[in-house]
Amino acid sequence: MSDSSAPATSGSAAHDPTGAPGAALTTADGVPLKQSLNRAIRRSRIKALLLVAPLLVFIGLAFVMPIFDMLSRSVDNPEVSTYLPRTSEVLVDWDGEGLPEEAAYAALAQDLAAGLKARNLGRVASRLNYEKSGMRSLFMKSARRAGRMEAPYKAALIKADEDWEDPDIWRLIKRESSPLTASYYLAAVDRQFSPTGEIVEKPEYLQIHVSLFIRTFWMSAAITGLCLLLAYPVAWLLATLPASRGNLLMILVLLPFWTSLLVRTTTWIAILQQQGVLNDMLVGVGILAEEARIQMIYNKTGTIIAMTHILLPFMILPLYSVMKTIPPSYMHAARSLGAGPITAFRRVYFPQTLPGIGAGSILVFILSIGYYITPALVGGQSGRFITNFIAYHMQTSLNWGLAAAIGSILLVVVILFYLVYNRLIGVDKVKLG
Amino acid sequence: MVTTAEPDAPQETSSCFAIFNDVQKSYDGETLVVKGFNLEVQRGEFVTLLGPSGSGKTTCLMMMAGFETPTHGDILLDGTPINDLPPHKRGIGMVFQNYALFPHMSVAENLAFPLEVRGMSKEEISTKVANALDMVRLGEFGDRRPGQLSGGQQQRVALARALVFEPELVLMDEPLGALDKNLREEMQFEIKRIHQRLGVTMLYVTHDQTEALTMSDRIAVFNDGIVQQLATPEALYEAPENAFVAYFIGENNRLNGQVSQLDAQGEHCTVTLDSGEQVRALKVAVNEVGERTQLSLRPERVRLLSAEEPGAAGTQSPPDNVFSAEVLEVIYLGDHLRTRVAVCGSDEFIIKTPNAEGYPPLRPGQTLQVGWDACDCRALDA
Repeated sequence: MSDSSAPATSGSAAHDPTGAPGAALTTADGVPLKQSLNRAIRRSRIKALLLVAPLLVFIGLAFVMPIFDMLSRSVDNPEVSTYLPRTSEVLVDWDGEGLPEEAAYAALAQDLAAGLKARNLGRVASRLNYEKSGMRSLFMKSARRAGRMEAPYKAALIKADEDWEDPDIWRLIKRESSPLTASYYLAAVDRQFSPTGEIVEKPEYLQIHVSLFIRTFWMSAAITGLCLLLAYPVAWLLATLPASRGNLLMILVLLPFWTSLLVRTTTWIAILQQQGVLNDMLVGVGILAEEARIQMIYNKTGTIIAMTHILLPFMILPLYSVMKTIPPSYMHAARSLGAGPITAFRRVYFPQTLPGIGAGSILVFILSIGYYITPALVGGQSGRFITNFIAYHMQTSLNWGLAAAIGSILLVVVILFYLVYNRLIGVDKVKLG
Repeated sequence: MVTTAEPDAPQETSSCFAIFNDVQKSYDGETLVVKGFNLEVQRGEFVTLLGPSGSGKTTCLMMMAGFETPTHGDILLDGTPINDLPPHKRGIGMVFQNYALFPHMSVAENLAFPLEVRGMSKEEISTKVANALDMVRLGEFGDRRPGQLSGGQQQRVALARALVFEPELVLMDEPLGALDKNLREEMQFEIKRIHQRLGVTMLYVTHDQTEALTMSDRIAVFNDGIVQQLATPEALYEAPENAFVAYFIGENNRLNGQVSQLDAQGEHCTVTLDSGEQVRALKVAVNEVGERTQLSLRPERVRLLSAEEPGAAGTQSPPDNVFSAEVLEVIYLGDHLRTRVAVCGSDEFIIKTPNAEGYPPLRPGQTLQVGWDACDCRALDA
């Protein structure tokens, strides 16, 4: 689209120099030139739009909408207000001091009885159970008796379970009765609301996400660094070899793309496991004792090795495309001007490859912090990424709000990295091939 | 092949500065790109390697710079062999075809680069950079990036960068190839001016004969991996020693024939052309009767004689060779006319005449007498 609008702007710029302020140029039959030009290029604009329309629709449905859905789920909090409607309404006026009035207890008893009948009480019970364990059983137990309760409901409910005498429970219900909540984000960074509504750290034995985020970032950084170290010489060779041999090497670089990700990952298991090929060889030549086989998989080492291998082409290709554009005469010039090979590389060649290093690194890093399958297969306990916990919350704990919050944090971090990269190197300089 | 210096080249007291001694180069072990290259460049001389692409001239330059290793032979600089010296220790300035200005550095940083790697002080560097920029009249442009300069300005920066560290020898690899005609002529003059001012030795590679003739003290004409002739521009044009040089330098009429008679003491011979005519010519590269030969004749040395009266167009005595010709085509070129005629069995015979008084207009279809002196017609190898 921007391409097709370019002639329009250049067209308007073109008649600026002719001066005559106010008197726009016209075509031979008196139509203003701009209008005439717009009409002329409208056709090609529509054509361009139609060409990209299928992809735009697809991206909108399959990418943009799910992202917004995820973002809204991470703060969405409909359960209490929907399934305990009377209670939420009464609690709006409660000041949170002491216990609420009889009206609140009456509303709760009604809501519990109605919820049990409509079979949707479980949802609000699970939702509140995320915030405070024991809530689910409290709700289910009380609900079963709520149908037979009579006024005064306060006494009746407290009789059913003395937890109803605990103001913290009521404060929790009041807090979560608002339609938006920050508690998923707090949980994602190992924080929670204290009973009095302040943000505090979770008990240490429940803290898990922050250390996972940190591990994900440093391991992704390590993978990116390793990829860069391995890819730089290969890319240089690719860019300098004569075309025939260069093409062969390029096929070898691309070969992993033609193999299933699962095959590549499981091959590493076969190679690296304790009874695997590498350990067998090391034991066979006597470097390792039989009982001293190294644990190289199902830990951080396994994740780093397998992911470096899988992501390496994403580093080689941007580097190669940048190096390809650097003529050998730059290095020749540097040498002829008196620079030794190392100085010439450091001051002339290397700075010119920075856009490639930036592009490759940001690509590998972003792919890496979002990687799921490989850490899940070879990471064991210690080599898992935060993405594996997103999957856990999606599939096992069914806490989609928390999964969405962790996912949103990852998305924000990736956008931040992108912005920093754009500031430092400039996205317009990225070359991917 | 003549590879020694011409007798009229300037070589009084100055010693040979750069020497190629029987240098050979092969890339694949099967064919020689350079087959026995000998060249002695005097201090302060401007020598051009001229030849068609693929003739090995750039390879020779790269061997001097140190980016290629000779397969055989020695390269000497100021009396010392430099075969094993890495490029950065040779102290040779070089200007590349695409300029090779570092795009991530400003113009001033580009110029400072050779000085910085030599460990000069900051003040010294900034003085030298400013002087070099002034020399190429780009004093204002130090802060610009090379990409912001025009082709001619980039070329001048490249020249300044190759000179700023005061090398004694500067190599140039088709430095003007990417410029348009006017700019090229301007830069030829500029390079020549700097050469004369600094007295630096220059080895220049080009495939453009006009460039070579304009700038050089001596020219080595390259073809097929060997030097065909090494001589001053005048000698190359006036007295080419073989058919390739005659063909490559300037325009040239070619007539093929067989030597029918050799003057024992004299310097002339008689050649019977394939079409039967007998032509008197200068014997340059023929040694015996019966040998095949190619006659080379510059178009401007052919004289037009009126049909009736030989010698009417000029005032000299009648030329040694006179033939009748038919005008096929006349091309008007402003300052001169190119007339294509059919003569001696050739349809491609060109005559150049000045657009001036005394040269009657010619029309296609007209027949006339043309003639040339034996000393202008060189019998070369076939």
